[in-house]
Amino acid sequence: MVYDMKKNVKRYYEKNLRLDGRKKDEIRELKIQYSVSKNAEGSAKVQLGETTVYAGVKMSIETPYDDTPDQGNLMVNAELTPMGNPEFEMGPPSDWAIEISRVVDRTIREGKAVDLKKLCIEEGEKVWSVMIDIVPINDAGNLLDAASIAALAALKDAKFPVINDGKIDYKNHDKKLELENKPLLITVYKIADELVIDPDYEEEEGIQARISIGLLEDGTLCSLQKGGEEPFTKEEIMKAIKIAKETAKKYRKVLEQ
Amino acid sequence: MSYEKRFDNRKFDETRKIEAKAGVIKRADGSGYFKIGNTEAYAAVYGPRNLFPKFMQDPQKGILRVRYNMMPFSGAGERVRPGTSRRSKEISFVTENALLPALNLEDFPNAVVDVFIELPQTDAGTRAAGICAASIALADAGLNMKGLVSAIALGRVGDKIVVDLDKKEEDFPEEEGGVADLPIAMLPEKDMITLLQMDGFLKEEELEEALTKAKEVLLKINEIQKQALKEKIKREAEE
Repeated sequence: MVYDMKKNVKRYYEKNLRLDGRKKDEIRELKIQYSVSKNAEGSAKVQLGETTVYAGVKMSIETPYDDTPDQGNLMVNAELTPMGNPEFEMGPPSDWAIEISRVVDRTIREGKAVDLKKLCIEEGEKVWSVMIDIVPINDAGNLLDAASIAALAALKDAKFPVINDGKIDYKNHDKKLELENKPLLITVYKIADELVIDPDYEEEEGIQARISIGLLEDGTLCSLQKGGEEPFTKEEIMKAIKIAKETAKKYRKVLEQ
Repeated sequence: MSYEKRFDNRKFDETRKIEAKAGVIKRADGSGYFKIGNTEAYAAVYGPRNLFPKFMQDPQKGILRVRYNMMPFSGAGERVRPGTSRRSKEISFVTENALLPALNLEDFPNAVVDVFIELPQTDAGTRAAGICAASIALADAGLNMKGLVSAIALGRVGDKIVVDLDKKEEDFPEEEGGVADLPIAMLPEKDMITLLQMDGFLKEEELEEALTKAKEVLLKINEIQKQALKEKIKREAEE
């Protein structure tokens, strides 16, 4: 962010105002649509302000890993297609795409959203593999939170396909995928020396540092990731966690509808 | 064997329900959305913008680059692995050629226009839906165009020439006559065919019948695309 811009943003923040008129702790409007892709086992389209993210779940049957013969697999992958942002490029996943994939993956997995043992079909032989793919089509800021909401919403929507003679019948689904926990990732950003949430892409240009906090419904932490070039103090981190807990309530209100 | 009645009760020359929008992706310079039945395509246009590496630049004219992509969860059956495949590469370049006749590349020397097509949900006819969305997006980006390119998949199902096949028709059993799939794109007002592909058995007169039907349908689709652009302008004027 150019110096003048930074000074302006700071002046705004001191009055508890954002460039788009929001308060520092205010999220943009959150909209969630479920079952938006009928070939997926579960899917959702999430709009956080103008940021728009699709997420879909596909399941397949695989052999379990040797060290966990009674557990299925679950993986999150984010595809930053060049559609959503003029700076995204074609080709192999960028560092940013890998960071989003990994951090959301950790949140869902370590937050034990799904009990991997319940994905076991036949111990040592067959387990369900659950793939969650996240595709933003418009990046207007705070992709991390939008991706995490979309991944959780798609999981909430997911149903198992029917197995016929050992083969998957993708046209028919029966049992719902049970969620043990509903972990969400909330990112607190340090911009113009202040802690704010849900920045739009103009504000994002001025990010000094960010901390993404994975939270369960009861406030237990399940993942952490510090990003950005500048450091945080311990006080800032503890304050960020309080802010994240308040923000989680706002996201959950829409997720629970 | 004859195919008497379509699985979803449509007439043989009737498309599935179509929905088109312009200006759906705010970050892009232009964007379009095209839904036909359960096949849904978004297209975003960026540019004309600088082309790198520099040696690819052409001082006489600009270039058009298209990337067609199915979201990993969008296909029937197994997950589509992310990244390019032979299929997506081919569809990308035939889409490029389908759109090129509508553009004046001389308008933007040394530059590139990027078109990105993403499909969140598919049920046959994806390249045609992608082309329709891309064409709306190019116009929405304010590029000078000779017309809007419209596209549809026709084909032969059993013994009938059919407009806008769905997945179930694409999988019509071989024993009952099988299927020929014939995606086609046109600048329908100018009688220019800009994409034509076919697989399956088709007689000469069946092709002729299909091409005649294609123009009729594509003129209608062209109107829907124009309407989408008009609605966006109206929306903006009201804001």
